[in-house]
Amino acid sequence: MTATMTTTTIQSEAMQSPQQALRRRSGQVGDLIFAGVARLAAVITLALLVAIIVSLVAGAWPSIKHFGLAFLWTAEWDPVQQKFGGLIMIYGTLMTSLIALLIAVPVSFGIALFLTELSPRWLKRPLGTAIELLAAVPSIVYGMWGLLVFSPILAEFVQQPLQNAFGSAPFVGQLFSGPPVGIGILSAGIILAIMIIPFIAAVMRDVFEVTPAMLKESAYGVGATTWEVVWKVVLPYTKTGVIGGIMLGLGRALGETMAVTFVIGNFNQLSSLSLFEAANSITSALANEFAEASPGLHEASLIYLGLLLFFITFVVLALSKLLLLRLQRSEGKRT
Amino acid sequence: MSAIGLNRAVVDRVPMHRRRKLVNVIALSLSLAAMAFGLFWLLWILFETVRLGAGGIAFATFVQSTPAPNVEGGGLANAIVGSVVMVLLGTGIGTPIGILAGIYLAEYGRNTWLGHITRFINDILLSAPSIVIGLFVYTIIVARTRSFSGFAGVIALALIVIPVVVRTTENMLQLIPNALREAAFALGAPKWIVIRSVTLRAAVAGVVTGVLLAVARIAGETAPLLFTALSNQFFSLDLRSPMANLPVTIFKFAMSPFANWQHLAWAGVFIITLGVLALNVAARVLFRKRD
Repeated sequence: MTATMTTTTIQSEAMQSPQQALRRRSGQVGDLIFAGVARLAAVITLALLVAIIVSLVAGAWPSIKHFGLAFLWTAEWDPVQQKFGGLIMIYGTLMTSLIALLIAVPVSFGIALFLTELSPRWLKRPLGTAIELLAAVPSIVYGMWGLLVFSPILAEFVQQPLQNAFGSAPFVGQLFSGPPVGIGILSAGIILAIMIIPFIAAVMRDVFEVTPAMLKESAYGVGATTWEVVWKVVLPYTKTGVIGGIMLGLGRALGETMAVTFVIGNFNQLSSLSLFEAANSITSALANEFAEASPGLHEASLIYLGLLLFFITFVVLALSKLLLLRLQRSEGKRT
Repeated sequence: MSAIGLNRAVVDRVPMHRRRKLVNVIALSLSLAAMAFGLFWLLWILFETVRLGAGGIAFATFVQSTPAPNVEGGGLANAIVGSVVMVLLGTGIGTPIGILAGIYLAEYGRNTWLGHITRFINDILLSAPSIVIGLFVYTIIVARTRSFSGFAGVIALALIVIPVVVRTTENMLQLIPNALREAAFALGAPKWIVIRSVTLRAAVAGVVTGVLLAVARIAGETAPLLFTALSNQFFSLDLRSPMANLPVTIFKFAMSPFANWQHLAWAGVFIITLGVLALNVAARVLFRKRD
């Protein structure tokens, strides 16, 4: 009986080593497969970008061939006569984003300043979360709220007084002419501003927080006020990051669709430079017309607009990313 | 001598000192005002959503399909179910790709050219206009099959999920200390076992947070569905035909002049806002427990 026991143990020991070898090999094979799959997933992400560009160029090709670059500065958009130019939409997109930045940048700076320098420690987190939630609200909610709640109020309490006060002034008056109905470039810009504040504020807060405490304390040590520390020490130190955050916000504003579609008025003419006038943006033109566009030049022109939008946002977002990377790198050097 | 000099310097600067203090107070008050400004919009939007939307929530909202214009009754059942189906499938397709790509970036390609480029492109895709994703899916699927379909909507949503999940997965894996990996390697574990059983397991709360945020993001996305899934008046689970979904239904109903449709749109907005904010809060709570 003892003899059988020993033989089995010997046998099992003898068996183990090829098993182990097998396991090691399967580990290696598993490694290869896993690394390959992970790599493939990364390549898919990359291929996505290429595929987007290729498919948009292909879809827009009839329009690109027909209108060329003149599409950029032609204001006519006439599906009946098959004449298309993107100037009005491009203007609408740029103007609403500009208004959004004018409002959002100072406000975001104030919020970031509050969160990093003023807020009591226990309030930082809830307040930061609240601002981040502003970014989480779906854009369709902004749109519906903007159309049915915000624009009537804007018309009555902002646009009409502005028109009364400046309507007859020479240059400013032009900006405030037109029907004060609360729908148009101004309200789209304001709603965009609310939507991008959380993005810009979050980046600003994060870069403000990487400023070395030593630097700030030195400034406080020579008697600087909080404002002077932020304006003359923190801001110069984080300049690239702050600009990166602003670019991120701009990228968001340019591509925002639903909120703009609700409040911009979808009007394909540019009769004046008024901010109260109903207009159109690239995204709202796409949202409104694309599903019903006839195949051919109309559809291709809309895809052309989409391609332009993707190109502009790509450049803006790439710049933003590069600036933020530069800050990270210099941060690595200094500490 | 020097003491007197110092005193004189201080005295000389008193008006300037006062001005600096004043500037400081003004700037800090403006900062406080900016904070209040930001919170004001959040509260206002939430308040209006509840005020106008909560009243439209009834049992029928969840069990009846969207009604015809100016007809009593009806609900959002087809849109809610369509949205849930598309969001789940989109997350199901996008999440594995996103997690794997995130693993590649954090564990394999940290310093390779593929890693750098993918990271860069991914961050751009993260903020790319979602309507362009809709256009893209339209040209590769809808234009080919000649029909709007729930399937196209699912793909569009999956493409939005990927960058979100890649970003959070990579960030979370990078937080895992290298000592943990080295300890596992020292035991002779192959790399994929180390990733599966050590690093990914340690980062699981963060990865789940990322997935929840991705779900929250696509649950409210309208633009990419406009020309992919379109919408459907009727209840349908057929992925080959147009599929009802909450965001596009809200868009259609809100822009309409019919009172009952607008009423339902507000109810839909209430449901979406509540759901998305709840997901966001859940994601934050889940992640905070870890650290």
